[in-house]
Amino acid sequence: MTAETAIRVRGLRKAYGDVHVLRGVDLDVPRGSVFALLGSNGAGKTTAVRILSTLLTADTGTATVHGFDVAAQAAEVREVISLTGQFAAVDEILSGRENLVLVARLRHLKNAGRIADELLARFALADAGRRRASTYSGGMRRRLDVAMSLIGNPPVVFLDEPTTGLDPEGRMEVWRTVKDLARGGATVLLTTQYLEEAEHLADRIAILHEGRIIANGTLAELKQLMPAATVEYVEKQPGLEEIFLAIIGTAGGGREAARDGAAASDWKERR
Amino acid sequence: MTIRALGDTAVLTGRSLRHIVRSPDTIITTAVMPIAFLLLFVYVFGGAIDTGSGSYVNYLLPGILLITVASGIAYTAYRLFLDLKGGIVDRFQSMPIARSSVLWAHVLTSLVANAVSLIVVVGVALLMGFRTGAGVSSWLAVTGILTAFTLALTWIAVVAGLSAKSVDGASAFSYPLIFLPFISSAFVPTETMPGPVRWFAENQPVTSIVNTIRGLFAQQPVGDDIWAAVGWCVGILVVAYGCSAVIYRRRVG
Repeated sequence: MTAETAIRVRGLRKAYGDVHVLRGVDLDVPRGSVFALLGSNGAGKTTAVRILSTLLTADTGTATVHGFDVAAQAAEVREVISLTGQFAAVDEILSGRENLVLVARLRHLKNAGRIADELLARFALADAGRRRASTYSGGMRRRLDVAMSLIGNPPVVFLDEPTTGLDPEGRMEVWRTVKDLARGGATVLLTTQYLEEAEHLADRIAILHEGRIIANGTLAELKQLMPAATVEYVEKQPGLEEIFLAIIGTAGGGREAARDGAAASDWKERR
Repeated sequence: MTIRALGDTAVLTGRSLRHIVRSPDTIITTAVMPIAFLLLFVYVFGGAIDTGSGSYVNYLLPGILLITVASGIAYTAYRLFLDLKGGIVDRFQSMPIARSSVLWAHVLTSLVANAVSLIVVVGVALLMGFRTGAGVSSWLAVTGILTAFTLALTWIAVVAGLSAKSVDGASAFSYPLIFLPFISSAFVPTETMPGPVRWFAENQPVTSIVNTIRGLFAQQPVGDDIWAAVGWCVGILVVAYGCSAVIYRRRVG
């Protein structure tokens, strides 16, 4: 266990009856990095995140978060993590602000009200703060969900498919948040089934396939697994996403993300 | 640690009480069916039921109060099921809070919600002519027994909410509980029932609880019934609590 490793996983296995979801997973996530666990549906991503966030126990293998064993020192692990699950886990009957105050109180923080107001402003929810969360759009709900996860500034953040089911704008908002988190020094482990998302956000990417990590490295390292690039000229047409965003004239940050997205697709087309 | 558990439970109880304040229909629907039974049995069937001396509404009310609780606890299972399904329990469990606080918050909320429903039903019964000369100590005893009964049934509701696969399943368990008072001394004296039914009626929990509350309201000695009533409540409570704890641990780790 080095001081630079935030999450360390060795030989993790989990089976439900005859279904072997994880078949020996090894991972090291450096502190302060964004790590993407990429895989299709059923690859075991959620199971891995649930084990790391102390919601599930592995059959065999070990996992530590900030040096604490997720099975033996679950309480300590919970002090340093936050989890945003696959479906926005907000209380629909409470208002956005009440949801945030609730989590702040459960994290035993003083000034729960002030923390809630700051987060509402940061996530562009100030106007909707007093409305019930059931009236929120999918993107707003996800933003509230992520905001709830950031209360108390946990140093390790798990995001399980944070952009699944979001429209392009909502997805870019989440992407911006992840980048903010990384800038703030947090370690982010996110799962995704979108290659583009992993490419766009992650410092390191691991591909989880049928319960095993079949590739793990930086984007540059993963690229080297491919045959050498050939140069060819391809006419660059705007993608539907860029057209969509240009027409609806989204805010500045969105454009920036759109440009990044375009750059990412450039790479794909060059390849 | 204990202080933290109390604090976490208080915060989460505040949350679910807010759910009730924002959907007061749950209190009203809980009280509607028992009140309908009260009206039906007092004004339609009551005239044909011979319960000896005294007014039938006085005879009937204790059983109606138990039906109120049995229908009220279904909401606890329902709310717990939705919390589990919506992922908010996962959120709570991944946070540094006392593990038991999630369940206790629902249980305490059930006590408050059922108390309000019971007060509504007793109010209607008073309008219908229910009278008691019970003193403070008898009222305290009635409150204590109803609280124990609500606690016991609420933990059954927790088991149902934890193990249900659908919203319907989460509340369907309460139907037999609502029905149980009909095969007891709640509506008619057990002496009128045929052998096996009578045996069942006299040895199931509702009869001893109903007889105890009836005796306390009528300022008559409650005899052994009160110990049977307390025994049933505590027994059900312990078993249901134990089952909940095991299922909860298995389900959320």
